[in-house]
Amino acid sequence: MMQRDEPTRVAASPEHVPAREPLPPEHAHRQYALEVSDLWAGYDGMVPAIEGVNLRVPVGELVGLIGPNGAGKSTLFKAILGLVKPWRGEVRAFGRPIRDARDDIAYMPQIEEVDWEFPVTVSDVVLMGRYHGLRPFARWSRGDRAAAREALERVQMADVADRQVGKLSGGQRRRVLVARAIARGARLLLLDEPFAGLDAAVQHDLVAILDGLASEGLSVLVATHDLSCVANSCDEAACLNRTVIASGHPNEVLTEAVLAKTFERHLLMFPLAPASGGGDARRSVGTPP
Amino acid sequence: MIDALGWLLEPYEFAFMQRALVVLVVISVVGGVVGAFVVHKGLAFSGDAFAHSTLAGVAVAFTAGANVSLGALVAAVVTAVGVGWARERARVSYDTAIGIVFVAMFALGVLVISRRASYTPDLFSFVFGNILGVSRSDVVGASLLGAGVLLFVAAFYRELLFVSYDPAMAATAGVATRTFQYALLVLIAVAVVVALKAIGIVLVNAMLIVPAATAALLSGRLVRIMAIAVALALIASLAGLQLSYHASVATSPAIVMVATVIFLGALLVQSWRGRRGARALGGAAA
Repeated sequence: MMQRDEPTRVAASPEHVPAREPLPPEHAHRQYALEVSDLWAGYDGMVPAIEGVNLRVPVGELVGLIGPNGAGKSTLFKAILGLVKPWRGEVRAFGRPIRDARDDIAYMPQIEEVDWEFPVTVSDVVLMGRYHGLRPFARWSRGDRAAAREALERVQMADVADRQVGKLSGGQRRRVLVARAIARGARLLLLDEPFAGLDAAVQHDLVAILDGLASEGLSVLVATHDLSCVANSCDEAACLNRTVIASGHPNEVLTEAVLAKTFERHLLMFPLAPASGGGDARRSVGTPP
Repeated sequence: MIDALGWLLEPYEFAFMQRALVVLVVISVVGGVVGAFVVHKGLAFSGDAFAHSTLAGVAVAFTAGANVSLGALVAAVVTAVGVGWARERARVSYDTAIGIVFVAMFALGVLVISRRASYTPDLFSFVFGNILGVSRSDVVGASLLGAGVLLFVAAFYRELLFVSYDPAMAATAGVATRTFQYALLVLIAVAVVVALKAIGIVLVNAMLIVPAATAALLSGRLVRIMAIAVALALIASLAGLQLSYHASVATSPAIVMVATVIFLGALLVQSWRGRRGARALGGAAA
């Protein structure tokens, strides 16, 4: 693992990335929905946005990816999906190279990357999840429409199926995008900051939906700033600041030392409440005054 | 009654008016369909840029003795691809890049034309439009290009919708996002060329924007916006053509004025409905 507090950082260009140990060869591919090994990526070709990222999402688990702004969470998602070309490293989904697993994956970009003013309805958007390749003059099949309707019912949005997406609230917009992921029939969901800007109650509803999907065997990787959400709802956590600082069970990962390193500042931690009751915030974190 | 019918049909006794009618129908359909994308993807300035850039193509083709419409098409498509490229990797902002390409191409056109000592009415009919000078081959050319545009949109409607709404997810789902983003710019360029000879460089963008913007006030769904925009463009075209015939005014400005009046009317109705809705809500809350 990369030591974050080394005084000097070598500005690595794609050609000058130091060699790195690959994942141990004995690990079985099949039990992981997503395996990222030694992934490097960046934008201007000089300074990497992510470096040497190793990350695994076990099948059927909800994995929270935590990191501050600019930690490379979005870049990691884009590099995983090939939207940003990785400098080096390997990404496998369900044991296959990621490009061969396209139909098994649904991606929800950050909410502001989507054009909410574009004149599409809720059901138009959910139907997009059913897209599986170029077929000129194709129309959505009856099966596609049924899947879309089912997905909308699942997120309790069926009653606004004909509404233009721009007229939806922030929470409804996320639910539409989650419905699109469900309609896709994907087995791995990559959600980039789905909770950003949501109030606690709306976030709770969304987490409940994701929890339900994971319990049905879907694998979910969700990027967030929200530590309490990860502590309470995720099966695993990974802390990212250009590289993975720590990953594993939330109780092991969300320690003061790891969070201080991840967020590059000292965070004031309050003790965890007993692990019972609803999904509301039981742990809060803030910077000292 | 007979008089009214006669007033409506009288212009079409002339072959040039029949050709004008056909070409306006083509322009309305293509402009309405493509305009829905132009308005909603904030590409109005691009449309204007493609139109103005055609002057360079027209001027060069005219000087070289080549087909001027073909020259316009090449110039518009080259500009569309150039603008797409600038958007992808330019270090200046998108509208600045368009602004530069736009004036450079127009300047090139004027430069080439200025080398010719004599007044060149054929060239200036491209600038201001000359719907009554549309030839049979112009009609055929516009129809073929228009059919190509419509076929493309019909074939790849799902892809165009997906890329416009959420390019990142579209790319991960296997849509050739870049190709379709360029294709959209080329579609706009071709739509501009379809309307160019009849409407003219200066006003052609109105045929893309005004009906689609009006339709966007009335619906929130792309396919309906397209249909309404086509209908409104047809109404504006027919009314403008009548107006220009009977009042002896230039046709394309008449069409644009009618379209603009319809837009203002829709805006008024919209704000009236909005106020009434707000009052109804206020009443319910009280």
